[in-house]
Amino acid sequence: MSFWTEGEDIADQAAPDGPIETRWERRKFSAKLVNPANRRKLTVIVVGTGLAGGSAAATLAEAGYRVRSYCYQDSPRRAHSIAAQGGINAAKNYRNDGDSVYRLFYDTVKGGDFRARESNVYRLAEVSVNIIDQCVAQGVPFAREYGGLLDNRSFGGTQVSRTFYARGQTGQQLLLGAYQAMERQIGLGTIEMFARHEMLELVVVDGKARGIVVRDLVTGEISTDLADAVVLASGGYGNVFFLSTNAKGCNVTATWRAHRKGALFANPCYTQIHPTCIPESGTHQSKLTLMSESLRNDGRVWVPLARGDSRAPGDIGEHERDYYLERIYPSFGNLVPRDIASRAAKNVCDEGRGVGPGGLGVYLDFADAIDRLGKPAVEAKYGNLFEMYQRITGEDPYAVPMRIYPAVHYTMGGLWVDYDLQSTIPGLFVIGEANFSDHGANRLGASALMQGLADGYFVLPNTLNNYLASGPFDKVEPSHPDVAAARAQVEDRLTRLLAVDGDRTVDSFHRELGHIMWEYCGMERTEEGLTKAIGLIRGLREEFWQRVRVPGTGEQLNQNLEKAGRVADFFELGELMCIDALHRAESAGGHFRAESQTPDGEALRHDDRFGYVAAWGFGETPVLHKEKLDFEYVHPSTRSYK
Amino acid sequence: MDIQVRVWRQQGPSSAGKMVTYDVKDISPDASFLEMLDVLNEKLILDGDDPVAFDHDCREGICGMCGMMINGVAHGPERATTTCQLHMRHFSDGDTIDVEPWRAAAFPVVKDLVVDRGAFDEIIQAGGYITAPTGTAPDAHATPVTKLDADAAFEAATCIGCGACVAACPNGSSMLFTAAKVAHLGLLPQGQPERDTRVVDMLQAQDDAGFGGCTNMGECTTVCPKGIPLTLIGRLNNDYRKAIGSR
Repeated sequence: MSFWTEGEDIADQAAPDGPIETRWERRKFSAKLVNPANRRKLTVIVVGTGLAGGSAAATLAEAGYRVRSYCYQDSPRRAHSIAAQGGINAAKNYRNDGDSVYRLFYDTVKGGDFRARESNVYRLAEVSVNIIDQCVAQGVPFAREYGGLLDNRSFGGTQVSRTFYARGQTGQQLLLGAYQAMERQIGLGTIEMFARHEMLELVVVDGKARGIVVRDLVTGEISTDLADAVVLASGGYGNVFFLSTNAKGCNVTATWRAHRKGALFANPCYTQIHPTCIPESGTHQSKLTLMSESLRNDGRVWVPLARGDSRAPGDIGEHERDYYLERIYPSFGNLVPRDIASRAAKNVCDEGRGVGPGGLGVYLDFADAIDRLGKPAVEAKYGNLFEMYQRITGEDPYAVPMRIYPAVHYTMGGLWVDYDLQSTIPGLFVIGEANFSDHGANRLGASALMQGLADGYFVLPNTLNNYLASGPFDKVEPSHPDVAAARAQVEDRLTRLLAVDGDRTVDSFHRELGHIMWEYCGMERTEEGLTKAIGLIRGLREEFWQRVRVPGTGEQLNQNLEKAGRVADFFELGELMCIDALHRAESAGGHFRAESQTPDGEALRHDDRFGYVAAWGFGETPVLHKEKLDFEYVHPSTRSYK
Repeated sequence: MDIQVRVWRQQGPSSAGKMVTYDVKDISPDASFLEMLDVLNEKLILDGDDPVAFDHDCREGICGMCGMMINGVAHGPERATTTCQLHMRHFSDGDTIDVEPWRAAAFPVVKDLVVDRGAFDEIIQAGGYITAPTGTAPDAHATPVTKLDADAAFEAATCIGCGACVAACPNGSSMLFTAAKVAHLGLLPQGQPERDTRVVDMLQAQDDAGFGGCTNMGECTTVCPKGIPLTLIGRLNNDYRKAIGSR
């Protein structure tokens, strides 16, 4: 029995061909425009207010469209982009260190292990420079040097310094910039904001995305919102693992509902496990906290040479330590990309050389940096991260090395989109982490902020017009059978969740699902493990619908009802992730199949068999559509950071 | 460790509320305060009771979503710490801990520990931005910014909008929140053209939203998880005087 069937190949019809340097320019020119007077007549729904959704909503409203914006948090300022620490890449070459748009493009395609589209990545690198300009104009307080100009730092996976940052709070500062631009439009009446609202269904009428069904999380009221286009900017699905660095509310529901309505879901198995997170401390653990990758600029990663060496780190001499990243990867050292650093940590822990409780940790040591730069300089760069570490663990990282371990952080997969960022449902656009487009099988550090803002400020506002130019579309009434049916689906599902009235909590199911995913679809995957996981997930899902207990009613603030709906969708997504991981019998980026490795344990791709995007159609048995990837500029090679 | 919590329970905005006592047993000192509440809620659900509603999201001290009065102090006993970053190792076995929502006229209770902080967004709408529509920006290096100013603007911009300042203030004033935004934008060259209108409009919005006046008590800065200093309120007052004087 196969877990999937194969459908027709697909292709990105929206990207121009010809020289890559001018593709975006040519697409902008060929896209149909909407004249300013007509924009006022067109309504766009934007779901999510992170970097992608916030910047898109503000920019579309500035352009004159009517925007209705939704978030589940109590304010758009709280979207999880806010927690991004390290920085944002841009090919400004302010350092005169050989950087260029082409190099950022090259690094991103290579960093993604040759599983991303060249056209999209080139455009991302191209608009990166505009993002920094835009953010500075908005008052984003990036770090500066004494001459008053912007400072840069280097980041994993690259050999140039192209990362702009605001101490360890770059995401917060960029998000506040987008949020403030949004609030300005809300004040002007061009954006209508619905905080504490959650999208629970997509409305598709005559094959086009025409609206959403939402639940007011305070009153429980279900309503439909109809528009000319729908933009999903609802983030990634890392919380399928229960423990991740995502915010507790992050979920897949918006994109999963769209998938069930016909949007293809691409590369769900590509998940990024971030190497520098604070290890788990016990069974109460509700989430994991990331320590910015920028720490690897000055911190040195090591474990004891000997297995089971439980001495305090200070008692372990230099010659008894294994700085394994510097040893295995001499040219990149501690700055190897995330997937490589994470797996190396797992390997040394599997060898019994891990440190801390359960042996699931490695040291990130700043002693040399403090000797070399002095404590004040280290404090100026990383002060807030050190404080955060101390608050959580009760240990002082200036005195003892940090303990870190990999944790789920980002998901490269997402809804399939074309060059215009349009999904396979006309009128449904997907931006930011919610789409699959730019990072291939592995995202480089400081590239998520870049992509979210590229999509929201510069790409979508120049492609959405091409779709809307064929509108305004026929008005859809709330009584339309397709609208009423979408609404009824939502109501029915909520009723079913409340009616089970079993004997297990939502969190207990979510934890168990997360454990299955981490064990079998985490840092290392095998055919045997994935097959087993699919069976376990199916069993657990069935049990969920028989035994879950959701207290309270649907007509009130009910945080467990919210969670239950999200976890129900995670079960379905988790299964598809395992199927995708099972079908991809190669290792690429964040997806490591134990059966496919080089003699020295590095990831082994099979470009001839798997050089495509796997875009899945929804069904009892998922249907695989392949989008072949062509590399005209950056020729696939074995990624080496040695 | 075993503790008791006395939690404010309130069904809805217009219902009466009361403190209810719960035992929470076998909590790890390494658990966060919110993880302790998670443990309590798991038990309440299985016992057929209504779990305690509270706001939270990132659980790493940056989104500003969580916040509660813990033993009468906004975000609890640790300085410069959000509720989610407060750990049980700061309490003792056998403690009784009081947990209440933010109390302020401008932040009505939604349910239990959840309050409505939409009034903060209204203050930002009134002027907490620099008008710079997408596409209009000059090169980022066109205007150098003195490092001292850039760093000071950053410090002010670290406000997470959690509302602890308002909850701690005897007047229920949002002055520290507003002052932080006025300082962040007013310290930068890009923020100068709107500097006068910004401070006047934001203060008006603050009054309209039902926040109290500032009498320089300083409770706000004491509980602020990001350590926004009281001096920014002086800076705001200066800006306000200049703005009114120039009219």
